[in-house]
Amino acid sequence: MSTKYIGQPISRVDGRAKVTGQAKYAGEYNVPNLAYGVIVSSAIAKGRITNIDSTKALSLNGVLQVFTHKNAPRTAERDENYWDEVAPPGSPFRPLQNDKVMFSGQPVALVVAESFELAMYAASLVQVEYKIEQHVTDLDQVRNEAYVPRPREGIDPPAKPRGNPESALAGAPVKIEVEYSAPVEHHNPMEPYATTVLWEGDSKLIVYDKTQGSVNNHDYVCNVSGLSSDQVRLLSPYVGGAFGSGLRPQYQLVLAVMAALGLKRSVRVTLRRQQMFTLGHRPRTIQNVALGAATDGKLQALIHQAIAETSQYEDYSEPVVNWSGELYQCDNVKLGHKVVHLDFCTPCDMRAPGAVWGLYAIESAMDELAYKLRMDPLELRLKNYTERDLNNNKPFSSKELRECYRQGAERFGWSKRNPEPRSMRDDGSLIGWGFATGAWDAMHFPASAKAVLSADGKLMVGSATADIGTGTYTIMTQIAAETLGLPIEDVTFKLGDSTLPKAPVEGGSFTAASVGTAVKQVCDKVRGKLFRVAQTLPKSPFANAKLEDITFADGHMMLTSDPGRSVSIQEAMRHGGLSSIEESADAAPDEAKRSQYTLHTHSAIFAEVKVDEDLGTIDVARVVSAIAGGRILNPKTARSQIMGGIVWGIGMALEEESVVDHKFGRFMNHNLAEYHVPVNADVHDIDVIFVEEHDSIVNPLGVKGLGEIGIVGVAAAIGNAIFHATGVRVRDLPITLDKVLAGVAVPKREILAPAA
Amino acid sequence: MNSFSYVRVRDVSSAVNEAAMDTAAKFIAGGTNLIDLMKEDVARPDRLVDINRIPLNRIEQTSDGGLRLGALVTNSDTAYNEQVEKRYPLLSRAILSGASAQLRNMATNGGNLMQRTRCYYFYDTATPCNKREPGTGCSAIDGFNRMHAVLGTSEQCIAVFPSDMCVALAALEAIVRVTGKNGDRNIPFADFHRLPGDTPQIDTNLQPDEIITSIDLPPKGFADHHAYLKVRDRHSYAFALVSVAAALEMDGNKIKEARLALGGVAHKPWRNREAEALLKGRTVTPDNFQAVAEVIMHDAKGFGDNTFKIDLAKRAIVRALKHAAQMEARS
Ligand SMILES: Cc1cc2nc3c(=O)[nH]c(=O)nc-3n(C[C@H](O)[C@H](O)[C@H](O)COP(=O)(O)OP(=O)(O)OC[C@H]3O[C@@H](n4cnc5c(N)ncnc54)[C@H](O)[C@@H]3O)c2cc1C
Ligand code: SF4
Repeated sequence: MSTKYIGQPISRVDGRAKVTGQAKYAGEYNVPNLAYGVIVSSAIAKGRITNIDSTKALSLNGVLQVFTHKNAPRTAERDENYWDEVAPPGSPFRPLQNDKVMFSGQPVALVVAESFELAMYAASLVQVEYKIEQHVTDLDQVRNEAYVPRPREGIDPPAKPRGNPESALAGAPVKIEVEYSAPVEHHNPMEPYATTVLWEGDSKLIVYDKTQGSVNNHDYVCNVSGLSSDQVRLLSPYVGGAFGSGLRPQYQLVLAVMAALGLKRSVRVTLRRQQMFTLGHRPRTIQNVALGAATDGKLQALIHQAIAETSQYEDYSEPVVNWSGELYQCDNVKLGHKVVHLDFCTPCDMRAPGAVWGLYAIESAMDELAYKLRMDPLELRLKNYTERDLNNNKPFSSKELRECYRQGAERFGWSKRNPEPRSMRDDGSLIGWGFATGAWDAMHFPASAKAVLSADGKLMVGSATADIGTGTYTIMTQIAAETLGLPIEDVTFKLGDSTLPKAPVEGGSFTAASVGTAVKQVCDKVRGKLFRVAQTLPKSPFANAKLEDITFADGHMMLTSDPGRSVSIQEAMRHGGLSSIEESADAAPDEAKRSQYTLHTHSAIFAEVKVDEDLGTIDVARVVSAIAGGRILNPKTARSQIMGGIVWGIGMALEEESVVDHKFGRFMNHNLAEYHVPVNADVHDIDVIFVEEHDSIVNPLGVKGLGEIGIVGVAAAIGNAIFHATGVRVRDLPITLDKVLAGVAVPKREILAPAA
Repeated sequence: MNSFSYVRVRDVSSAVNEAAMDTAAKFIAGGTNLIDLMKEDVARPDRLVDINRIPLNRIEQTSDGGLRLGALVTNSDTAYNEQVEKRYPLLSRAILSGASAQLRNMATNGGNLMQRTRCYYFYDTATPCNKREPGTGCSAIDGFNRMHAVLGTSEQCIAVFPSDMCVALAALEAIVRVTGKNGDRNIPFADFHRLPGDTPQIDTNLQPDEIITSIDLPPKGFADHHAYLKVRDRHSYAFALVSVAAALEMDGNKIKEARLALGGVAHKPWRNREAEALLKGRTVTPDNFQAVAEVIMHDAKGFGDNTFKIDLAKRAIVRALKHAAQMEARS
């Protein structure tokens, strides 16, 4: 037996429960006397509800109540009560509290009945009348009304301009000025949003909810409904994907709680797939990029400005443009980010928010510049490589991006690339090779954990974090087992429960670092206690030793210098007369150290596409992604994260788009047959390389988090490959076959403009 | 979803009786389309007549040497049937390019013919739609119409009939056999589906009391020279933007007979016999194929988002004909 787990490809500890159906999700808890809520969604995008007629629905036997803004229990008055951990500045949406319709699909009534089918039917009988007001859902229509949003906590506004970007651009011998457009995307996890509220009597509630943060949603429920903290326990042990959509409480939560309190009964509310398109989404974003360079490729000017959407009631914003000022060595930089109000619900963080759009634009623009310079795109990146973050004028805590470039290029065979567009063919298809850089933050937030070691050597560690499919259960179990030298089967990690020690929402790729550090610390405390107990044993081999001299492994403590001298953990517990050891730890990032550096993960993505020139169809034949993400706790779950990101990147490049009908102000392709994400047939070879990267600054574990870096840059790499294949530059995602054909059809496109 | 009653029938005459008695009743076969529509509140049958136990689940030879596909044989079993694979590979290909393995395992042949359009507005009860609610208007004409028709449209509706299987059946000139309260009748495939005209709510010429019992394939299967080309937004599990079923009879490099059916462009599988006739006696050249494509798409009309389909369809026709012609003759 070896209890070395960190860095090992351990299979998911929750895998068996998931594939055998034992893992229960929020909408799957069945209790006696459960009532079922079905939400009626607004048919209009903007206006007032003038009348809701529920009589037909209420006349059905078994319909318990139809909650509307007229009769729903009042929730808190003040906006502050609705500000969850992740809320942007503004006045959050409050379901059923007034007659205002602010987006299409907004919940306007909740029908509760004895059965789900009955509630569905009754919901179809609720008649809603509106006074329609003119909505605006088209960003292009109001882009000149863009404004600088109030800053969001934790997100740096664009860095101040440096140098003289405009005049540098004007004077640059080679330049490009282009606009990129990206559509709305919806997270669409497989599991729809659901909440089951168990009425425990006396306004005590157990709430099973789909969320990325059990504490966040627990506190929200209390703040909004006026319940005290101990009246509500919120659980979310399994989450069937969330990708950011579960960072903020979704409206079914407050509606289910409202109904349970109103009816004094257990209630479940599950969203339908169509309603999943009424939640926060990745905002449509337009970006203008201007790059100026010397003929040798040295960047002389970089201007990157983004305009994105937000709702009418909150200032949602993302770090879209900052990356451009950090990635490259350039003295004249201007960055800007603005938003416009649209009549949609507030957008919401979605896997690598900001970075996916921002790097799509800058990395496409760098590619365009490379062609104009007649320079290899990778060489252009190296030419402008920076060892300092010039936005903040700080060094990077670690940055093995150069190594990502080198190893990725080698694995891909980049040196065999013919730089000329349309020069590579295979079997009648045009072949294209494209490349892009990726970057994301290595964040770290305070988190707590507790540990209970029982006399039989079984360890339970818990923290109110989440596992949204990323592998949190597994890596935390690995950290705990290795720290205490216990077999992994003897370690259980608990999460997704608001009664556990507090942890932030699972997002931003900061869970491995934040919660991992807390788990390590609490296990270190248990270690200390065990050691001290072992020292008190008669003839203890550790009598003169210090904790640092001891190795914990294979269920034993042993002298590192002489492993033969050891004490079993169970023996120590027994002799010490301990039935259990309980510890808790509050871990915080070392801000004094971290704040002196810029802390990022990086990647290099190489993609090959095959384009059918006659039909415009595109195949992503292979992708190589080289990642510098600090220490890799588990190469198997890590690889899954990156692969998932790449697959999503393929979708982002070629397929994904929530289509709006501006006449109705409504997303129209609201089902998974028409909202396209990649299927198996769209995904071919994916090769993930983890480049070695040591970082003692990010956190004691040296981990940077991998949930998001995998997706960043992929769409640019694919778009660049499509240009290389076809000579057509599509600057409007997704790159569908009609856009490619439209480009091919224009015979003399500006493919290779001579370097001026 | 409304509340409904459910009855299971075991023979064709009971099914017909049920349907004749209650015009708001619906047959249910695999349920892959009907159940979705019920959940979306688009279909509101008050009675479901489960026809799955009717013994219409066989594939057998017909007296004229063709093949009879029972209405309740699943799409998968049809596609992988030995006779179909050998004699009508065009049909196998078309079926297998549709939906997903799971759906094809449930979907039946009768249901495939009767599936409804995937028009977004048809599926969304918050928007007007003449097909769903006659007289309310067509949201697609000046709305988002990427998937919509470019041929045979009307001012009432520009929806597309989404089936792949039916595109092959149209090229193969299958016969749809149906039974109603007035007895049996045979409907040539070309007459089964309708254009929207002023009655977009009616997709087919099947009468409300009629049930499809089988789809009969004529002896000629074009096994030697055929192609089914489906152009779509992802490589599987997506409806056709444009699809082409091409079936050729060749005499060396000369075309003796040509059949072409298009999917994804109209309210029914689209055929143009005048264009097909142009190929007769012609040799296999890109120009000849292009000329046919131009004729077929001559009257096509785009509505904005779907205008690209006109050019795409031409490209697909040329490609499909080329593939069909170049197929190695089977021994
Ligand atoms: C996500 C998704 C993707 C799909 N993709 C494709 C695709 O790419 N290509 C494609 O071709 N299809 C596709 N399909 C459609 C699929 O082929 C049809 O749903 C299926 O063929 C319907 O058959 P069924 O037996 O399930 O019909 P049901 O849903 O049971 O019935 C559909 C209709 O047919 C009627 N009906 C059924 N049997 C008979 C009969 N014997 N006589 C008279 N009426 C009858 C029913 O009353 C009902 O109105 C897709 C479906 C889904 C859900
Ligand atoms: S195209 Fe037909 S189905 Fe679609 S909205 Fe118009 S009428 Fe309805």
